Amino acid sequence: MRINPRFIDKIVKIGLNAQAFFTVGILVTIVAIIFFKGSPYLNMEFIFSSPEDMGRHGGIFSTIVGTVFLVLLSIFVATPLGVGTAIFLTEYTKESWFTKTIRFGVESLAGIPSILYGLFGFIFFVIKLRMGWSLMAGVLTITIMILPTIIRTSEEAIKAVPRNLRIVSYSLSATKWETVTKVVLPSAGPGILTGIMLSVGRAVGETAAVIFTMGSSLRLPTSLMDSGRTMAVHFYILAREGISMEKAYATALVLVLSILCINIIAYYIMNRVTSKYS
Amino acid sequence: MIKKAFTKEHFVKWVLIAFALSSLLFLFLIFIFILAEGLPLFHKIGLKNIIFGFKWAPTKGSFGIFPMIVSSFLVTFGALVIGAPLGLSCAIYLSEYSGKKLKLFLKPALELLAGIPSVVYGFLGVIYIVPLVRNYFGGPGFSILATSVILGVMILPTVISISFDSLMSVPKTYREGSFAMGATKWQTIYKVIIPAARSGILASFILGMGRAIGETMAVIMVAGNALKIPTSVLDPLRTLTSNIALELAYATGDHRLGLFSTGVVLLVIIMALNYIANFAIKRRVLK
Amino acid sequence: MDIKIRIEELRLSFGKAEILKGINIDVYKNRITGFMGPAGSGKSTLISIVNRMIDFEENAEITGKVSIDGEDILGGKIDDVQLRRRVGTVFAVPIPLPRSIYDNIAYGPRLKNRNERRELRPLIVESLKKAYLWDEVKDRLGSSALKLSGGQQQRLCLARTLALEPEIILLDEPCSGLDPISTAKIEEALNELKKDYTIILVSNNTKQIARITDYAAFFYMGTLIEYSPTEKLFTNPSERKTEDYIQGKFG
Repeated sequence: MRINPRFIDKIVKIGLNAQAFFTVGILVTIVAIIFFKGSPYLNMEFIFSSPEDMGRHGGIFSTIVGTVFLVLLSIFVATPLGVGTAIFLTEYTKESWFTKTIRFGVESLAGIPSILYGLFGFIFFVIKLRMGWSLMAGVLTITIMILPTIIRTSEEAIKAVPRNLRIVSYSLSATKWETVTKVVLPSAGPGILTGIMLSVGRAVGETAAVIFTMGSSLRLPTSLMDSGRTMAVHFYILAREGISMEKAYATALVLVLSILCINIIAYYIMNRVTSKYS
Repeated sequence: MIKKAFTKEHFVKWVLIAFALSSLLFLFLIFIFILAEGLPLFHKIGLKNIIFGFKWAPTKGSFGIFPMIVSSFLVTFGALVIGAPLGLSCAIYLSEYSGKKLKLFLKPALELLAGIPSVVYGFLGVIYIVPLVRNYFGGPGFSILATSVILGVMILPTVISISFDSLMSVPKTYREGSFAMGATKWQTIYKVIIPAARSGILASFILGMGRAIGETMAVIMVAGNALKIPTSVLDPLRTLTSNIALELAYATGDHRLGLFSTGVVLLVIIMALNYIANFAIKRRVLK
Repeated sequence: MDIKIRIEELRLSFGKAEILKGINIDVYKNRITGFMGPAGSGKSTLISIVNRMIDFEENAEITGKVSIDGEDILGGKIDDVQLRRRVGTVFAVPIPLPRSIYDNIAYGPRLKNRNERRELRPLIVESLKKAYLWDEVKDRLGSSALKLSGGQQQRLCLARTLALEPEIILLDEPCSGLDPISTAKIEEALNELKKDYTIILVSNNTKQIARITDYAAFFYMGTLIEYSPTEKLFTNPSERKTEDYIQGKFG
């Protein structure tokens, strides 16, 4: 018996609809759980006071500081390095074994799981280079982790700038570097910034690479050699050790909200500058 | 052509070369180090004994990681079973059935889903999924089943976005031609569009696998910690990633080297998966 | 009549392909000289040597001499960046920079460190006037250059070049794709400009060459076929090929 294809069509449409709905439902559920279970405990005091009694009491201030320091410093190191490399690859050389090797490195590193960064960072920075669990070890590890993303997105963004604009700049007596800084980078800016925001988001949520390099001290980090805790690490410890469900949910909420904000900012940057050019 | 005096331009070029070299150094440092630390043990104990060894007791000289390799693959396949069909369906829905407005709304939603840290997934898994499994199916709850569910959800963004891109890049003319011949929407999707996008879809699955097999934090929280090869989906397990994460802090000497060897195996598997995925994509481009 | 640009035995090849096969030509000061010929004749390549934009192409092998005011620009003593301040170029497709009209024109002068508002603004106004664009944009110098029409954008490109206060202006098919009114405006501007600048106009449009140039050079497949005052070339060409081209028998 042949089933009417139109009938199958309708069933499929309903089925796909349902699955899409289900998937969105998963996202909504996750965010809702965190929101409803976490927001009762989220207040100014939570944000601005540091954890006490291993996190049973107090807030997450020192972990927020830890996260901010780690991410900002990593971006500070990785961005010039990554964007500079991208500029070099696109504007200053032709394809050669050197450029191919860098690209190979970038592609290969893209899929390395964070635990391997943690493994590497722990043995190399913390132990062999004797940095101990420290902000410095964490920053160096995270920098290596986000470097491929920044190189890749910067290169794409720079390549997307039309060749014509460079020609015009040169014909108006600009040098290569002037052309890069006054024409190419401004045009590639949004793309590059998006790559940076992506990396920020990743670093904020990163746990495995951070806990083994920056450590998990509850103190507020005041120098590069201090250990510290990021929000993600703090959350993990709260959850694993079952210290405080309420604080855990609240921390998770702060984490998710931060990432949401980062995504919104990235989105805004992309849109705002694209409209400027239309 | 012309020799210019040493100028700012030269200075800039050399600074950029220095940056590129530094990047190269950083990029390869991690490879070289992991390989340098991980390979000696293979030499000392023997490749077969490690990869096919059944017992992991590093303080007693036993470095068998076979159960963990099996466990890693089991949860990865489990993640695919859950995430691939669901992800592909969503991708199809997004590309073929939804209008511009919906696409605009769902893209950031996907990115948000992808941005949620793995520890949060693990946490929710422990609180909700593990008890669910324990109460409805039996066993300790920490199981292949629970882990696969969590990992399946975590790889959804990867599968959906790459499959979506792949489906969207099928030329409009394919669809139009099919409709012109009287096919229904589903027939068109099934017989024309999916085959055309198949290498991209396949690539999305493989990359999803790569993500699942490398996942650590969520897995630690829901997989339990059993060193045996699991025999049912309700059994607890330990993956390659968990192995490293759980013992890194206190491992010394050969034990530590054993963790590096675990790392090397993991690295090889993931690079193989990445390579396959890229190969699958390249075939599409060549077509 | 002074010679501004002297080209002697100029040859250019890309690998095995010979693009320019020994060009000898003198371009006169304060005149509009037209380079015409069918596609592929080498005229655009020729001017890319005059403004040294050819430097950005790898694999180009060049022999011969190009002198501006007696100085060889290929020899190795002249800096290409400095040269492009003396030789301005307008391309076939208008390419405004993604910024305001004011900033577009100011781009060149600012590179020369003409940063002061006092100096910069009159220069910009002057350039826009010379390009016959001032009246249309004087109220909106701060608005994006991308919002201008095609003809206005091309005049913007001309003004941008003028702001650098060059001696020579090269235009490569500047009116291709522009409507007749915009074309007329640009031609009018060029007619005024030749009093102060040396102008080379590359075009495949023989009628345009006939309209506004003082001297005309006909190129074919990398060779200069004929070069003489425009009126003579069009009314009494010496070469058969020139005549055929003008009459449209090929192109």
